[in-house]
Amino acid sequence: MMRIAVASGKGGTGKTTVATGLALYLSRRQSVHVIDCDVEAPNAALLLHPAIFLAGPVMRPVPAIDESRCDHCGKCSDACRFNAIAVTASRVVLFPEICHSCGGCTEVCPRGAITERPRAIGEFADGSVGKIQFTQGSLNAGETATVALIRAVRQMEREADVLLLDAPPGASCPMIAAVEDTDCVVLVTEPTPFGLNDLRIAAEAVRRMDLRAGVVINRDGIGDARVDRFCASAGLPVLGRIAEDRAIAEAYSRGEHPFETVPAFRAAMAAIAQSLGAEASA
Amino acid sequence: MKIAISSKGAAPESEVDPRFGRAAFLLVFDTETGSWSALDNAEAQELAHAAGIRAAEAVCRSGAKTVLSGHVGPKALAVLATGGVQVFHCGAMSALSAVEAFRNGRLAEQQDSGSAPA
Repeated sequence: MMRIAVASGKGGTGKTTVATGLALYLSRRQSVHVIDCDVEAPNAALLLHPAIFLAGPVMRPVPAIDESRCDHCGKCSDACRFNAIAVTASRVVLFPEICHSCGGCTEVCPRGAITERPRAIGEFADGSVGKIQFTQGSLNAGETATVALIRAVRQMEREADVLLLDAPPGASCPMIAAVEDTDCVVLVTEPTPFGLNDLRIAAEAVRRMDLRAGVVINRDGIGDARVDRFCASAGLPVLGRIAEDRAIAEAYSRGEHPFETVPAFRAAMAAIAQSLGAEASA
Repeated sequence: MKIAISSKGAAPESEVDPRFGRAAFLLVFDTETGSWSALDNAEAQELAHAAGIRAAEAVCRSGAKTVLSGHVGPKALAVLATGGVQVFHCGAMSALSAVEAFRNGRLAEQQDSGSAPA
């Protein structure tokens, strides 16, 4: 299996369009599994329109207090780096939505007053469209356990020739969780000062993780050549380009995949797949 | 009775800090003895998240039943309520003047956390 993560620093550069476009292209000859790891705003399903066969809550452990055993010593509160537990003279106040499930409080409680109970942090959905298997995670509003949910949906990886992970934007923990342990990271950017600035940050994060990376320049033709110059100087291969084209935006705005309606987009996906070496040899 | 005031300094003359969780100090005034003490809140100031929860816990542990501050967020307010602590709003003034204003009944109680960020 080849694991490919599609990421970017900047939001809105076309990660989902590229990830799902590659899935549509590669699924003609190979088995493909798409996992939407952008769990705070999953929208690959809006372009792929998969049928969902299995869905449900994703749980994680949070503390539960047995007040009859607790003597309010405060050791659990001292141990919590996220202040998810406050201990007052008579009661313990829990903030499970900011708990990171480290288990530290349960470990340090000298009276065995803390146990772990499951709490739903989001949902998963699993299905398929054509020859593409599809999984997504969706974080509940107000939850902070983004990384835990990304790891949970990545555990649902299935047997396939190619795994495509649609990563969240940015370059912090959620993006790292989506790109770690992959064979290649596709960084989608646009040739603007905004695209360049955020590409630099994302490329640096990926470089520090020792991951193979390449760049897709979306909306090619707008802006200037500084993204190209950066890629050359940073030793980042340009895997492909998607020319600025109103027809792509129009298809996208209707929830249609430009892969189906714009031949130039389809050609760009073929070129990217070839650069990645993801295409099965005929 | 003890009164806790979020403050920019350790002295009673210091200005009230309108931020509860990220105030430099939490001053505690004991109305029975007339004495002041200062809890250094520097550690909470460095926290990335939930500084208010930590400060509220410190107030509860101090034995204070009243907080004078600018605005207390929802999580800190939940902790304070558990400890039986009431919160009163005060504007820009010294901690000393805030205590005076509170004792003269000139400060309004904060009933809920409004729309302040969690």
